[in-house]
Amino acid sequence: MTAPLARPRRKNPVLRTPQPLLPPWARSRAALGLTAAAALGRFELQVCERCAAVQYPPREACHRCLCDALVWREQSGAGALLATTIVHHSHDLYFRERVPWRLGLVQLDAGPTVLAHLVAGCAPAPSRVWIGARLDKSGQGVLLAFPTEEVPNMADDRELREMSCDPKYRKVLVTDGKTRVGQATVRALIDAGADLVWVGYAEPWKKFPGFAELEALPQATLVPLDVTDSRSVKEVAAEIGGKVDILVNTAEMHRAHGIASRSGVDVARSEMDVNYFGLLRLAQEFGPVMRSRGADGPASATAWVNVLSIYALTNYPPQGTFSASKAAAFSLSQCLRAEMRAGGVRVINVFPGPLDDEWNQSVPPPKLSPEALAKSIVKALQDGVEDAYPGDVAQEWLARFRESPKTLERELSAAGG
Amino acid sequence: MTLNSLMSLAADLASGKVRVVDLSQTLSPEFPQIVLPPELGQCWPFRIEEISRYDERGPAWYWNNFSCGEHTGTHFDAPIHWVSGRDLPHNATDTLPVRDLIGSACVIDCSREASADPDFLLTVEHVKRWEAVHGRIPARAWVLMRTDWSKRSDPVAFQNYDETGQHTPGPAAEAVRFLIDERDVIGFGSEAIGTDAGQGYHLRPPYPCHTYMHGAGRYGLQCLANLDQLPPTGAVIVCAPLKIKNGSGSPIRALALVPG
Repeated sequence: MTAPLARPRRKNPVLRTPQPLLPPWARSRAALGLTAAAALGRFELQVCERCAAVQYPPREACHRCLCDALVWREQSGAGALLATTIVHHSHDLYFRERVPWRLGLVQLDAGPTVLAHLVAGCAPAPSRVWIGARLDKSGQGVLLAFPTEEVPNMADDRELREMSCDPKYRKVLVTDGKTRVGQATVRALIDAGADLVWVGYAEPWKKFPGFAELEALPQATLVPLDVTDSRSVKEVAAEIGGKVDILVNTAEMHRAHGIASRSGVDVARSEMDVNYFGLLRLAQEFGPVMRSRGADGPASATAWVNVLSIYALTNYPPQGTFSASKAAAFSLSQCLRAEMRAGGVRVINVFPGPLDDEWNQSVPPPKLSPEALAKSIVKALQDGVEDAYPGDVAQEWLARFRESPKTLERELSAAGG
Repeated sequence: MTLNSLMSLAADLASGKVRVVDLSQTLSPEFPQIVLPPELGQCWPFRIEEISRYDERGPAWYWNNFSCGEHTGTHFDAPIHWVSGRDLPHNATDTLPVRDLIGSACVIDCSREASADPDFLLTVEHVKRWEAVHGRIPARAWVLMRTDWSKRSDPVAFQNYDETGQHTPGPAAEAVRFLIDERDVIGFGSEAIGTDAGQGYHLRPPYPCHTYMHGAGRYGLQCLANLDQLPPTGAVIVCAPLKIKNGSGSPIRALALVPG
């Protein structure tokens, strides 16, 4: 059974902070297919189109019939735990620091036998388990064996916590806590066990309903932060950057204009200044220090969450300039992900469909509530995924985009003009 | 004005017999700017981005790029800023007569009234009571409404919003008409975010100071500071906007020359 994670003690300041090390990162192009699925929280393996054999490890040609028509398909992960072992010695520097480490040999019902990280709570072999895919500290997909029954404190398992970005006992910065999304995110993080949530807010003389109540929460601390002001971002980072374990960028400027519907570039510039340049400012000031703290104890720096939009994938013409600003942020977030990798800090992108907010007043439902978005942010952190698409619209548009981006573009252009 | 007077002035400035008072707020990202309803276009706040600071981006120099609106910080309003002044000749910052930019100032102290009531309106009666003590407001003088509002260093208090909008002091519609028609002033200056009161939209006409002043080819100054250092009469102020082509105004370094 997993003992619940104890609240980490205060750090001893005379001790050197361990440098973040990463588990083996090298993967072939074929193997990256497993990573790509794990980034979405899915366990997929290749399946031969000719003979239906399930493949593991990932490869270029079917292990049974040598056909090269292999497609990635989601797997149930159901399997039998054949044997377990505990690794006490490793030549790999990352694992050397973390032994003893549990591993299990699992025969999937789908066919292949896999070696997986063994989450505490699995019944001793022989037993039933299910295999899931997670991203490890280097951001690559790995397999874990989970118990079939609900196990208390499973998320506190040392091996699992290493693969996730759990907010429990961590300190979080929510860059804009004034909006309904920001407020809901603050509350959801506190409910998920965050020790401290800094609540960023700009333009103090603009009062938003519900914001004053956040001050009453013992875990919340208000901090003036304007992502359009480089000096503001720099000052906040200087003050608290060394303590931020998770940064959730909720700062957003949202208007509903295409190109012709509003003359002048000032609205679009404002969208870019918050949605794109805001991210850049935050990344420059908070990125390096978070990256250096990727292995800083049980409450290490672990994740950077961007609240993007499904419109970042394909432009939604009625909100064309907003879409473009989110697309710019999306591209930049991929750059940030690459730069944060060395620190083992995960960059998580959340792509909601339209939110149930004032600027989407004329958008027909389904629309995502701020509370639902906040929940999906916390879940993405707990599951350690890289990309989350909460809500019906986001899920549908993602499926259509993956099938054919051009077709989705054409379907959405019916809404514009 | 003779050469002797000018040389005298220069000597007095050097010796301190004439003091220069800074009437401008510091331009910084924290200083609040005017905010309109979200559906409308907005004035940019002041923002500044470092280009280099004796570093790899520029080894021997420090400099910045900045951005702001024409109406950010302590600033000047030209007649073209308002619809009532749109068609007047010489109504933009680059075309208005520069002789208008240096002039005498009458400072009307409303600090007590504004402290008691943030929505305080300066009336004709107030102006006449001031004149009874300090003399008639001369033609082409600036009228500056001292409220000590500039001492509100907390942006929340400076903007002073509640659910019905901003609550800052300003002139009553009749007072503006009086100052133009009966006293021929060159312009009106305020310490608050606008020359009109925070609730000016609800006066008749809406925003009477902007409407009447700019409609008569006169000017406005806002976010002034240190008016409490000026004598009621006798100060000469300098308030020159940038020479922006077809500009509606600009941030200024407003200065006052006062007896030392």
